[in-house]
Amino acid sequence: MRTRTYKRVYVWELPVRIFHWVNVLCLTTLAITGFIIADPPALMSSAEASESYWFGTVRFIHFAAAYIFFFNMILRVYWAFVGNRFASWKAYFPRDKKMWRNLWHVLRVDILLQNEKNPDIQNISVGHNTMAALSYLALFVIALVQVFTGFGLYSSMSGWWLADLFAWVVPFMGGDFIVRTIHHAATWLFILFTLIHVYLVFYHDWLEGRGEVSSMFGGYKFVSKERMSKKVPNRTNVKPPVIEPEPETTH
Amino acid sequence: MATKTETKQTYYESIIKQGYSRRDFMKFATYITAYMGLESSMIAQVAKSLETSYRLPVIWEHYQECTCCSESFIRSDHPIVADIVLDKISLDYTLTLMAASGHQAEAAKLATMEKYRGEYILCVEGSVPMGDDGNYCCIAGKTAKEQFLEAAEGAKAIIAWGSCACNGCVQAAYPNPTEATPIHKIIKNKPIIRVPGCPPIGEVMAGIIVHVVTFGRLPELDGLGRPKAFYSKRVHDSCYRRPYYDAGLFAETFDDQNAKDGYCLYKVGCRGPMTYNSCGTIRWNNGVSFPIQSGHGCIGCSEEDFWDNGPFYERLTGLAGFGIESSADTIGKVAAGVVAGGLAAHAIAANISKRKELKSEISSGKSNEKNLER
Repeated sequence: MRTRTYKRVYVWELPVRIFHWVNVLCLTTLAITGFIIADPPALMSSAEASESYWFGTVRFIHFAAAYIFFFNMILRVYWAFVGNRFASWKAYFPRDKKMWRNLWHVLRVDILLQNEKNPDIQNISVGHNTMAALSYLALFVIALVQVFTGFGLYSSMSGWWLADLFAWVVPFMGGDFIVRTIHHAATWLFILFTLIHVYLVFYHDWLEGRGEVSSMFGGYKFVSKERMSKKVPNRTNVKPPVIEPEPETTH
Repeated sequence: MATKTETKQTYYESIIKQGYSRRDFMKFATYITAYMGLESSMIAQVAKSLETSYRLPVIWEHYQECTCCSESFIRSDHPIVADIVLDKISLDYTLTLMAASGHQAEAAKLATMEKYRGEYILCVEGSVPMGDDGNYCCIAGKTAKEQFLEAAEGAKAIIAWGSCACNGCVQAAYPNPTEATPIHKIIKNKPIIRVPGCPPIGEVMAGIIVHVVTFGRLPELDGLGRPKAFYSKRVHDSCYRRPYYDAGLFAETFDDQNAKDGYCLYKVGCRGPMTYNSCGTIRWNNGVSFPIQSGHGCIGCSEEDFWDNGPFYERLTGLAGFGIESSADTIGKVAAGVVAGGLAAHAIAANISKRKELKSEISSGKSNEKNLER
């Protein structure tokens, strides 16, 4: 039985984790309020209209969450330029042979479930695997579609210049009808993404046992010791790795 | 009509000649200024313009249409609109209202087009069929396409009346067999005012004509070429039932108590939240009512492709290309079901395919558990 020693690696920095969970909350809120706005439930009430404002409140929550979603997205884009290598924009575009090989690996081993005779440890991703990175890129594009159609629909109700920046979207598309339909249909793409995303997180956690699920809370993943660079990095020179009390897991 | 108005007259002169008093004229000027969305200080300017400017030559063409725009216009609130601006003096050519007919009528049109080349306003009612060389609509032995291109060439500006000329309306609905085409897609080099609606409100039409006449230029237009004064707000934004919408009080069917109580018609398909028009403020038939006030949802007649955007009595979720019955939600639910089923199958297959790997991981985990310090 092979024994593998794992090292604890800081993968997801705090801003990335905050982004992730704010995004989760925003998307959930936006989808729920969005569906309510599309098809409000029947409430029988004998109260005067002036006594009640619940539908207005639902719409307010939707618009407020949209602003948070938007700014959160902008902060994440900023972090793609200053964050670590796993957060970098470079992780989202397959640029070299290694990333393409990884894409092929994920397709064969994780999607088509084939088994490799001699698994190459290089193919186990520390951050996003190439396939996942591409799916997040697609999600970003869908998010842009939602931002443009959503703020486009919202702009005529808003007096703020930020929403007004999107005022051209409705005339460009031909009218509210088509913009609203796109906005509504794209919501389903988020739902489909979420299903697949959550499943794959559990899948990797179950098969690889490297802390896939918990990494988005604590930020750490476990990476095989073999992948640590043999050369001791300069900044840890003062403290030889031998006596460093590294938390390790052994299978 | 054309034959009666050879001598140059100002609008004011024509109005007085028709037997209206100065007082009637000033009332008209006040009323139309208000409809154009101008301040009361502008009334004098409007009156002055009507007094001093000579009538604008207008050619009004009819192609694929039902004449509801003309009908709406001549039923405009104030009699001067129908009697003077349109009916008696302004139109050099309009099939529906002119006294001349046949060759006489066509000759009058050609004469106007020559005499006022570059000066006349071309009003277009109806879309132009571009399919099969335009043979689906012929007037005086020429196709609508030929007629339109000819008339548009010398026009100063074009006013596209109604949804037909603006968006193609019902004849451009799927599958659009005649290739009915709105005019802004045919002519690109002329200023075009789009006045959508099926029909547009008569007062809106009059307001636009008077604006062009009094100020000698087009009214301020939005991104879709519609006059901002009349199309900058959704019907929803000026709807008197809006408080019910914000309170979440909706009619579920047309015969339930909520409908009788006058609640919001959002759930029975009202397109007010997606439709830009003045129905909520100017209203129809001399300001008597508008569809929502009469208990029927807005069908969005001034919006592009309103015929193709799902049933009028349901909230709009239709997706083109998936058939009339399927909505975004149906497709989404099916897709989510398929994906969930696929993921479940993948999970089972993964456990089978990777069983050796998993078995060793699980057994090593178990043996580690046994070796754990007590």
